[in-house]
Amino acid sequence: MNQLVYLVPLFPLIGFIVNGLFRNKLPKAVSGGLGTGMVLFSFVLSVALFNDVRAGHKFNLTLFDFISVDKLSIPFSFQVDQLSSIFLLIITGVGFLIHLYSTSYMHEETKGHYARYFSYLNLFIFSMLLLVMGGNFVIMFIGWEGVGLCSYLLIGYWFKNTDYNNAAKKAFVMNRIGDLGFLLAIFMMVQHFGSVNFTEVFSKAGQLHMGSGVLTAIALLLFLGATGKSAQIPLYTWLPDAMAGPTPVSALIHAATMVTAGIYMIARSNILYTMAPVSQTVVAITGLVTAILAATIALKQNDIKKVLAYSTVSQLGYMFVGLGVGAYTGAVFHVMTHAFFKALLFLGAGSVIHAMRHEQDIRYMGGLKKKLPVTHITFLIGCIAIAGIPPFSGFFSKDEILAAAWGQNKIYWIVGVLGAFMTAWYMFRLYATTFLGKFRGTEEQAHHLHESPAAMTIPLIVLAILAAIAGFLGVPELFVPDAHALEQFLHPIFARSEELKATHAVDHGTEWILLIVSAGGALVVSIIAWMRFSKKPDFEKAGGLAKVVENKWYVDELYDRIIIAPVNWVGNFFNRYIEKGLIDWIVNGSGRAVQYSSRQLRWMQSGQVGSYVLLMVLGMLVFFVVQFFIKK
Amino acid sequence: MPIERYIILSIALFCIGIAGVLIRRNAIIVFMCVELMLNAVNLMLVAFSKMHHLKNPGNPMAGIDGQLFVFFIMVVAAAEVSVGLAIIVMMFRNVHSVDINFLNRLKH
Repeated sequence: MNQLVYLVPLFPLIGFIVNGLFRNKLPKAVSGGLGTGMVLFSFVLSVALFNDVRAGHKFNLTLFDFISVDKLSIPFSFQVDQLSSIFLLIITGVGFLIHLYSTSYMHEETKGHYARYFSYLNLFIFSMLLLVMGGNFVIMFIGWEGVGLCSYLLIGYWFKNTDYNNAAKKAFVMNRIGDLGFLLAIFMMVQHFGSVNFTEVFSKAGQLHMGSGVLTAIALLLFLGATGKSAQIPLYTWLPDAMAGPTPVSALIHAATMVTAGIYMIARSNILYTMAPVSQTVVAITGLVTAILAATIALKQNDIKKVLAYSTVSQLGYMFVGLGVGAYTGAVFHVMTHAFFKALLFLGAGSVIHAMRHEQDIRYMGGLKKKLPVTHITFLIGCIAIAGIPPFSGFFSKDEILAAAWGQNKIYWIVGVLGAFMTAWYMFRLYATTFLGKFRGTEEQAHHLHESPAAMTIPLIVLAILAAIAGFLGVPELFVPDAHALEQFLHPIFARSEELKATHAVDHGTEWILLIVSAGGALVVSIIAWMRFSKKPDFEKAGGLAKVVENKWYVDELYDRIIIAPVNWVGNFFNRYIEKGLIDWIVNGSGRAVQYSSRQLRWMQSGQVGSYVLLMVLGMLVFFVVQFFIKK
Repeated sequence: MPIERYIILSIALFCIGIAGVLIRRNAIIVFMCVELMLNAVNLMLVAFSKMHHLKNPGNPMAGIDGQLFVFFIMVVAAAEVSVGLAIIVMMFRNVHSVDINFLNRLKH
């Protein structure tokens, strides 16, 4: 089995190369089937790997020396352990479903573009696998950059639209800011630990004292990388814009997998964070603020994908809260359940958009319940799951994080629960406005409404089942002792961190109260939202605070003012005075000086033999004088 | 005869040669002036050679190298004259003149 590890990322790479090179030759069925099939192979291998890991194996496979300089050696190595095998399953499993969905969703595209789409998608899966399978931070970084590139390519997939291109550029630039942090963290590791291998870095970090400056710096720089990739404050604004890409891309990259790369990275380097409590606090607070801010924005959005995008940002915030309070298992658990229900919601939204002929504004939908029965049921399951209503998956994972947050700081819990209530509100607002009430679209759209084909509904059904039952992988001790399968599975990864800093156990009485408050509150809020929005959607113009929220707290405008405008000003200044005034002057001046002096020197070349001879004689005289009278 | 006279004669010949080269436009005259300068130098070399020879009676080879140089210069001058005169002949055939100011045609 050890030898087969490299096959997992190899299959999508083959798919990428074949589809990329022969995109104009392959018929759609072949390119779609190839892209989907390659991911299916990877999934099968991942399941096999997962079984091996569960049986207690760990894989460390070095393919070749990647960088070898002096004492520093960075091998191109893969490491598959409990954490990566979970992520492998999520990536290839959800990835496969989304590939399958895409074969139908993208059928309107021409042959070449269709194959281009699948080649990008396969490249993405390849990079993401590299990211989670890498045995050291550099391989992880290669994958990290690769997924960023694919995200850029896929957001700008419809490249003829300037807005989409700008959204792609925004995503890329914002990610680069984060990547810089990651890169600096790697440099610091090389400097202080002399290695970037996970095992060596973590064992050496474990020998330093708690809260050492080096660890805090590395942890914070890594976290900066995570804020870029996982859309946290201050670098979250690219994610809502990234909805410009095709909907399955939003489901795969901007909800289920890529944006969780930051969580994977921090969970992987959990020991660094546990050893640096300051950075943990930063992570928790950033996550919390992001969760609540994004949730408020989602309350007033009318674009079906924008609501889901802000909800993703908000859920990612919860995951970071989990990481920040030391509930690493909870965070990974939430990554998994979120991958299921958010991919489901996005694919459901894609199905709706498909049926509505690319209408995305929920105010012009409504009453789709009868026309799209499968989409409706699965979307409802997704909403219940994300709202945190038991016994669906979101309830278990979110509650695990919130319980750990209560143990750390009660304010975290209060804010977190508020965010959870908002989640329930905006999700059921979205659900009720889209599927209930009367149809508010045009005649033509009403005529066109239809349930999506099987290739789209099957992924929806599978994901809905997963979103409904995945929570039972992590049943809290409160209900059944020792039933938290995920925690037992992941125990070896987080054992050292748990030793160093036990999460404050909450006594069962309190935990019951917390559970009832959050689950009951979510249920009540959901029902109110259901009642409120199934009758009439909020068409009226918002005023006051609602207007601020509707405009996303003016964060984009704020960034325009405080970052983009000064940078532009500096750019203009340099362009006008340094570039044109100084550098151009020097360059052109040297050209002009040569021209001028050559014009002067030209008089020497008169062509008159007499003058040449005269000059020669004068020259000889000068030599003569110098030789005999001056030089001594 | 004291060496100064040789030197003065030699310098005079050399200066006449330079003046001729600078002033005259007839290529043949310029050529002759160049020869004059070469011969001024030859004269100087021979004079110094003789002087050294007389000052070192015990050494029969003293000053011999000066005379050796004179032969070299004469050989080179002869070769130069043959080439130079050939050029002048060709020039006359082409432009029907031996005026050196015609040579600036190459410039255009």
